[in-house]
Amino acid sequence: MNKLALSDDILMKIEKPARYIGGEVNSVVKDKSEVDMRIAMCFPDVYEIGMSHLGIQILYDMFNKFKGVWCERVYSPWVDLDAVMRKENIPLFALESQDPIKEFDWLCITIQYEMCYTNILQVLDLSGIPLLSKQRGEDCPIVIGGGPCAYNPEPIADFFDIFYIGEGETQYEALVALYRECCDSGLGRKEFLRRAAKLPGMYVPAFYEVTYKEDGTIEAFTPTEEGIPKTVLKEIEKEVSNTYYPEKPLVPFMRVTQDRVVLEIMRGCIRGCRFCQAGQIYRPVRERDIEMLKEYAVKMLKNSGQEEISLSSLSSSDYKKLPELIDFLIEDCSKNHVNISLPSLRIDAFSLDVMSKVQDVKKTSLTFAPEAGSQRLRNVINKGLTEEDIINGATLAFEGGWTRVKLYFMLGLPTETEEDIRGLAELSNKIAATFFDTVPKDKRVNGKVQIVTSTSFFIPKPFTPFQWAKQCTKEEFLDKAYITKKAISEQLNQRSIKYNWHEADTSVLEGVLARGDRRVGEALLKVYEKGAIYDAWSEYFDNAKWLEAFDECGLDIGFYTTRERSLDEIFPWDFIDCGVTKEFLKREWLKAQKEEISYNCRKQCQGCGANRFESGVCFDEHYDDNTPCWS
Amino acid sequence: MKIRIKFRKYGNLKFIGHLDVQRFFQKCVRRAGIDVAYTTGFSPHQIMSFAAPLGIGLESGGEYMDMEVNSFSGSEDTVKRLNEAGAEGIEILSAKVLPEGAGNAMASVAAAGYTIRFREGREPDFDWKEKLADFFAKESIMITKETKKSTMEMDIRPGIYEWSLKDEALYLLVDASSSGNIKPGMVVEAFLSENGDALKENALLIYREETYMEAPTDLNNEALETAITVQTCNKKLVPLDAIGEVI
Repeated sequence: MNKLALSDDILMKIEKPARYIGGEVNSVVKDKSEVDMRIAMCFPDVYEIGMSHLGIQILYDMFNKFKGVWCERVYSPWVDLDAVMRKENIPLFALESQDPIKEFDWLCITIQYEMCYTNILQVLDLSGIPLLSKQRGEDCPIVIGGGPCAYNPEPIADFFDIFYIGEGETQYEALVALYRECCDSGLGRKEFLRRAAKLPGMYVPAFYEVTYKEDGTIEAFTPTEEGIPKTVLKEIEKEVSNTYYPEKPLVPFMRVTQDRVVLEIMRGCIRGCRFCQAGQIYRPVRERDIEMLKEYAVKMLKNSGQEEISLSSLSSSDYKKLPELIDFLIEDCSKNHVNISLPSLRIDAFSLDVMSKVQDVKKTSLTFAPEAGSQRLRNVINKGLTEEDIINGATLAFEGGWTRVKLYFMLGLPTETEEDIRGLAELSNKIAATFFDTVPKDKRVNGKVQIVTSTSFFIPKPFTPFQWAKQCTKEEFLDKAYITKKAISEQLNQRSIKYNWHEADTSVLEGVLARGDRRVGEALLKVYEKGAIYDAWSEYFDNAKWLEAFDECGLDIGFYTTRERSLDEIFPWDFIDCGVTKEFLKREWLKAQKEEISYNCRKQCQGCGANRFESGVCFDEHYDDNTPCWS
Repeated sequence: MKIRIKFRKYGNLKFIGHLDVQRFFQKCVRRAGIDVAYTTGFSPHQIMSFAAPLGIGLESGGEYMDMEVNSFSGSEDTVKRLNEAGAEGIEILSAKVLPEGAGNAMASVAAAGYTIRFREGREPDFDWKEKLADFFAKESIMITKETKKSTMEMDIRPGIYEWSLKDEALYLLVDASSSGNIKPGMVVEAFLSENGDALKENALLIYREETYMEAPTDLNNEALETAITVQTCNKKLVPLDAIGEVI
């Protein structure tokens, strides 16, 4: 048993000490004398969130399969421990060995959402690693970033030595080999980074230089040395059925957010909703072989002892052999008392039948994500879901006994009018009315239907057709939420509808960080120095600190959010090739403004460019798949 | 068939709470392939009962958990399988078959024995070992117990069944039943306050030695011989697994 990095005194006075002790079932402990490379894998948020992330579990498993490599985990200490560590000068440590992160060869950080950026600085700071890449010496770990936010790494470019663009399964082995080679020949940090920059998928910010035009937009983004590639093409795993996947998932002692076995059935999405970044950057769609999935489901449940399995993908209904997979799971799992959770399913006769088998109808709610309130606006965002689809789905659901429906919408989408917003209130009302029409009075549980309508604010993201779009101001956002609230209160069935909306301040900042450039890094540093951490947690988010920081750096929030971008503007992330071409995104952006829809990948290729990866849906036979996107 | 598992909780896992221990066992029995029984109904759960919750920071050599099983592969095999599927910090010590109709672990708990040490440098400021006898000779020991709703005065003396001093440690056998549970820290606090002192922060190292139940009248002689008789309330106490049988 390892000696813990934290004393009994500290562990007894902080909340949930189980976050910091490691030792979980299936965690990997290696003999230090038999490894030459130590990697710390970090999710910069609290343990319960970080432990729920599938990507880290995949990479943890992969790295630990490499001979001589020991990969451990580290998460953001919660605010209580954060304060203690700063006061008592305790360095941040990895869970397995409890050794300081500073002693590791690499610190790999997965970057899943923009509002965790200050937590990245917290992790570096508590580790005793200089925040800026250029200040790091030979004694510091190489700091590597990955995950969806790495597709616009510029706001955090100064803090990372390397960004790995794309899926982690493919290039880390080569990067490990290169690192060892450089260590063996005593080449040093800089030379390792120089060579790493030439590996596929690697972006080393130090070897690139940005110049700006007078209006603040980018003039040029260029490598500073000969041999450094001009663009970085994302990495993808072409063989998703024959690659790394954990057979022995970690089993935390404490309750975490995703407390179940997660089976990723497919990567990517055929749908092409125009606001969705995941739908573009994970192209092309690749399904895992059903036999592999069956095998892993059984092994993971056996090795973890978990009582629940969840299927994961961007749109599970699009997995072709879903019925067969679910039949297998129901058969195999029900005799072993395993629950099946099926997020992101289209609501139709099949899925309702399945859900009634695996869930308690009375206790669960059904989720629809129309995203926009009118057909016109749904065409703009290419969400091919019609009102008829929704009402039919709801009718079936109410007949099946469900009484709770959740509806997700976005406010502030391009071209949105007040009429579109009213549309979402009317749609909520129609769904409630459908309940009263469908279910006779004597069969209504508590006589009621519960519609929860939630709106988030639309934030344009890089590598989507809406990357050119104006984001709303905070005031516009709040106006729209007010209109929604009012419109809902005017509905006949308003008492059956509960309305929630997202916070506007966070949405504005997320917009800045999502489409920001390198200059934003300075503001991040400042806001961190002012004490901002855990910005993704509303109770710790302090908007005033952010506004001050931008002000002090002379940065205009509107430049990054509400500014109209021209079609020929060079974006901070343009040097990354995400597989989908800028031409395609432009085409989609123009189609959106004409309210024209695009077919999904299975029905008709839209020529996005992802077929160059020679894998997945691009090489399947096309067929007339008219089913709408729901999730 | 009901099986009573005895385990010890030690080392780093003293920092996981009672609910985490329950969750640990729910998954551990599945990994171990134990044929545990489930309740019927829409959300079936394993039929399990845990004896006395152990506070965070305490270690123990006498924890108990009952589980209903459909089939049983034998005591030795069950212990082996659970330990292989387990984690460092929880060690399964035995798995015994309970007689028909035995009460569940939680309801059976009557008392617990604790060894209490002061952490180095956090001993009381007086010669505490000298003062113990006087303290425990008292007829009543009143403490103020704060609950979520109110504060109340209670006498903990009747619930202190035995005390002794071994080396530098205080041993206490106290009531651990659901109605009269006494935390060892409460006793030490009362003792220090009686002597004009107060407990220093995180001063105690507490080890639960054993959890006891009242000896049933039909208990076999061999087990009865090990029973502790508490003079003050005329109770005969045996470890929780005294009624079980190794099969």
